[in-house]
Amino acid sequence: MKKLLAVASGGGHWVQLQRLRPAFEGLDVCYLTTDEGYRNHVAGARFRTVHDASRWNKLALLLQALRVLWVVARERPDFVLSTGAAVGYFALRFGKLLGARTVWIDSIANAEELSLSGQKAGACADLWLTQWEHLAREGGPRFAGAVL
Amino acid sequence: MIFVTVGTQGPFDRLVNTVDAWAGSTGRDDVFAQVGPTDSPPRAIDWVRSLTPDEFRDKVHAARVVVSHAGMGTILTALELEKPVLVLPRLARMHEQRNDHQTATARHLAERGLVTATFDEEELLARLEKLDSLARGPALPEAADAGLLEELRNFFR
Repeated sequence: MKKLLAVASGGGHWVQLQRLRPAFEGLDVCYLTTDEGYRNHVAGARFRTVHDASRWNKLALLLQALRVLWVVARERPDFVLSTGAAVGYFALRFGKLLGARTVWIDSIANAEELSLSGQKAGACADLWLTQWEHLAREGGPRFAGAVL
Repeated sequence: MIFVTVGTQGPFDRLVNTVDAWAGSTGRDDVFAQVGPTDSPPRAIDWVRSLTPDEFRDKVHAARVVVSHAGMGTILTALELEKPVLVLPRLARMHEQRNDHQTATARHLAERGLVTATFDEEELLARLEKLDSLARGPALPEAADAGLLEELRNFFR
């Protein structure tokens, strides 16, 4: 069974990730997020957390990146998918580095421009998607639908 | 119960204080707010700073109406549980958010009839006055669009 590392920070990114779960059937899924409170949302799947970090706190961000690297190295997923934000960007970067195929789905909260992490993550995504048709472009994300 | 929530991105006093003042002046005693790490908590309404994901979902479930920032976690949870949502977007110039993506989200979702959007305190107050007639959006399907799920399934093949 192929392994998927499904990554989202807490809040809206996590709720969006949950709405993609029917697409994960037949995969061995490990969830990675920033809030321990979500553990029982995905009972039966492996579940890992890293502390939350915003891009304003460089040290916390660096530590988060290292911890994500550790998780990716331990999991060795075939696929890494994320709906955001920084934690997902790190997971895609390290996943790509370790040979995984990667998916970035930009948050539906970004209705007029891609998120910062989305612009960076797009560069290391094998499949790069936006949830708004008007944001799809050549050389950028494609549109295939939204979580709502 | 009216559930007011600011999410996990820090306080959003403009929203909470507007609802608090309205509840105080109209004598509404069925308002509960999650207010974040604020220095000026509400006076008239019940409140907590934060909720666990499960507590949060329970509050949305118990609410008749959700009044919130335009955060997708709150909006999606409220729509899943078939609650009407009244939003006030956080603004960058008020230091409530790093950019104005919530304004864009609120406008686009309101166009699709999924939320009721207000863009300043005055407009929010006007909607609060008519809160009991606030309609909920169309029922949300169980999962994401079929096209998006299919795209992912093909990728994982």
